[in-house]
Amino acid sequence: MKILVAVKRVVDANVKVRVNGDNTGVELANVKMAMNPFCEIAVEEAVRLKEKGVASEVVAVTIGPKAAQEQLRTALALGADRAIHIQTEEHVESLVVAKLLATVVEAEQPGLTILGKQAIDTDNNQTGQMLAALTGMAQGTFASEVKVDNDKVAVTREIDGGLQTIELILPAVITTDLRLNEPRYAKLPDIMKAKKKPLDVKWPTDLGVAVQSKLTLLKVESPAERKGGIKVGSVDELVDKLKNEAKVI
Amino acid sequence: MSILILAEHHDRQLAGATAHVAAAAQEIKEILGGDIDVLVAGENVSVVAEAAAKLDGVAKVRVADNAVYAHQLAEPMGALLAELAGDYSHVLGAASTTGKNVLPRVAALKDVSQISEILDVVDADTFKRPIYAGNAIATVKSSDPLKVITVRSTGFDAVGEEGSAAIESVETVVENSQSTFAKQALAQNDRPELSAAKVVISGGRGMGSGENFKLLEGIADKLGAAIGASRAAVDAGFVLNDMQVGQTGKIVAPELYIAVGISGAIQHLAGMKDSKVIVAINKDEEAPIFQVADYGLVADLFEALPVLQSALSK
Ligand SMILES: Cc1cc2nc3c(=O)[nH]c(=O)nc-3n(C[C@H](O)[C@H](O)[C@H](O)COP(=O)(O)OP(=O)(O)OC[C@H]3O[C@@H](n4cnc5c(N)ncnc54)[C@H](O)[C@@H]3O)c2cc1C
Repeated sequence: MKILVAVKRVVDANVKVRVNGDNTGVELANVKMAMNPFCEIAVEEAVRLKEKGVASEVVAVTIGPKAAQEQLRTALALGADRAIHIQTEEHVESLVVAKLLATVVEAEQPGLTILGKQAIDTDNNQTGQMLAALTGMAQGTFASEVKVDNDKVAVTREIDGGLQTIELILPAVITTDLRLNEPRYAKLPDIMKAKKKPLDVKWPTDLGVAVQSKLTLLKVESPAERKGGIKVGSVDELVDKLKNEAKVI
Repeated sequence: MSILILAEHHDRQLAGATAHVAAAAQEIKEILGGDIDVLVAGENVSVVAEAAAKLDGVAKVRVADNAVYAHQLAEPMGALLAELAGDYSHVLGAASTTGKNVLPRVAALKDVSQISEILDVVDADTFKRPIYAGNAIATVKSSDPLKVITVRSTGFDAVGEEGSAAIESVETVVENSQSTFAKQALAQNDRPELSAAKVVISGGRGMGSGENFKLLEGIADKLGAAIGASRAAVDAGFVLNDMQVGQTGKIVAPELYIAVGISGAIQHLAGMKDSKVIVAINKDEEAPIFQVADYGLVADLFEALPVLQSALSK
């Protein structure tokens, strides 16, 4: 079975992002970029399935600017066999990403397609579900456990009330939650080897998908800042403040 | 044109989130006119439909009661909503794990974008939503004929429950041979729902073990609070995933949030910084949580919590 895994280049999770001066987005100059943490988990899961002998090949795909090849090289260093870069410098919204991925699914026919449940920049949590709908595949979102069994996959999902396990007929789409696995770090020799692995570049027009936005970003603002509070000296003082000043207990 | 709300329900009970979604729908309706309908899909859900009919501002509750909708699996739910969506300009659901699972599917099936976790209705096609873990708020305008939206409950005050909408059944039954429900392990407790509680007390890695969460329970009992946790506490196996507060867990905005042994990472703050009053108890006076706390107590939690519990008993 082949596994397709989608990855996104985003601002590193440890960066405290700031809205830019003209309120059109966030400050991106000289900001550290990285693979979206949920995508790292997706790559790790795909690689583990290959190591267990469940998968025969892992193909990583990204949609994004030229620089996103860095994240594809990371995926290759972590164990993906080859990579596909659908290159565009434009902002691509989830539906278009899903349409582009659907063309890759059509061409590659993976048994499983694994994506992160959300990208930590736009926080949309949409692409995997949209891809599943467009390709007619079943979906197992927010996965914390994945077990492939012949033509089926059992997915344990993190839901609001706890955990839910569903069974899907393959091919299927899975989106990863945080506790699915702990991604490994790429080792230096693997990083060197990754440089030689195949990386195919395509353009959205090659795939017959128009990169158009139906959502217009009008403005980006900073959220209301919280005023810093005070330190209390004791539990009694805390209880007194909560009762008599904040009046919340 | 009218608005359709996907009702959120669990265990044959309408979830509180639906009344918040109805409030967002109400704001759109005030601009656009039309009706607000609610779809209740599931198996044996007549009680849910009756509860939904009481939500203020709702014209009609449409009930799809069939075994294929049990557990609200994404494939049949998506297909059902995509079919019904033709009658509406807006389809709204809660930004819950159900809403997030189903609504993007509906949007893709209708070839429209989906707008996630709106906090504010600016206009019938323009909404505010958080990006970058809430460190920025985006205003987005949709040019799609159908808007498919998930609503963040904390952005809208729940509507009242004085209504009496008509209830009618939906005959559409879709096929699903792709996915089946196997089992679920749901957390059982008598505490208020985390995302609806007036008081939340959360524990982090500093709690040290699941056993030590008992120290929070006594206080939660006194305050009628829900208990939450940081990702680190869930990852360490102290508590179940349904308790995680944050960017990728639950979003809460109670009257009072007490963070105990939590450092205050961006991703945790994303889930609680809209709380009215924040209290932090942490032994490290440099912990970032103190920057957002109204009242900070620098102390060892193992000493402070028992004292707090007895102070609340006075
Ligand atoms: C993609 C992504 C998504 C994430 N999503 C979330 C999310 O949804 N929610 C979330 O919470 N995190 C999330 N995180 C993780 C987040 O970055 C932090 O790692 C996490 O919040 C840390 O949890 P913590 O504060 O409990 O642990 P730590 O950061 O380890 O802090 C523990 C704190 O306890 C204090 N402490 C220790 N012992 C005591 C004591 N005896 N008495 C008093 N204080 C004590 C310490 O001083 C310290 O401040 C996410 C991270 C990523 C990368």
